[in-house]
Amino acid sequence: MISLKQSDYEKIVAHAKSEAPIEACGLIAGELSGSDKIIKKVYILTNIDHAEEHFTLDPREQLQAVKDMRAEGLTPLGNWHSHPVSPSRPSEEDKRLAYDSSASYLILSLMDEEPVLNSFHIEGDKAEKENLVITQE
Amino acid sequence: MVIKVAGNQKEVAEGLTVAQLIVDENVETPQYVTVTVNDDFVEQGQFEGTVLHEGDTVEFLYFMGGGQ
Repeated sequence: MISLKQSDYEKIVAHAKSEAPIEACGLIAGELSGSDKIIKKVYILTNIDHAEEHFTLDPREQLQAVKDMRAEGLTPLGNWHSHPVSPSRPSEEDKRLAYDSSASYLILSLMDEEPVLNSFHIEGDKAEKENLVITQE
Repeated sequence: MVIKVAGNQKEVAEGLTVAQLIVDENVETPQYVTVTVNDDFVEQGQFEGTVLHEGDTVEFLYFMGGGQ
């Protein structure tokens, strides 16, 4: 199970909508509890590709986020990005560029009126949906 | 000498290069790793020639990207 606070979910959706049709992206950090992941903080980073079909996290902002996680005692848990006009599932490129099999990859689809957010475990060319739970504060 | 790697103090040999540190740290997919030394980004082509010094702070940043 991977949990995300409602306010952090809304933060991701709001930013992704503001960036559309450009893909939005960021990092997630929190705590590990057994096999569960608890997202405590969502980071919004710049997509340096500034593209509608690609994203790359800004390395300078990534460095600052990593330092912030360390300062706050948080564990890096993975990343998130948006699919402005396609479903919430990893593309072939998402799978090819998912180098960390311990990470969770959150994908927000904005293709329908109601946003859809899913979390995936990606290993090689296999992507498995994780049990994402949105929690109240 | 002592350097800091990903927030942890580490005793390493004098004259250690970034390339050697990547091997020592068992960095996965090093071709997709960005390295900073004291917050300065080190180009991939400079890994072999970048010698670390006492008190340096090194971070490994893994490439994160994709596309729809």
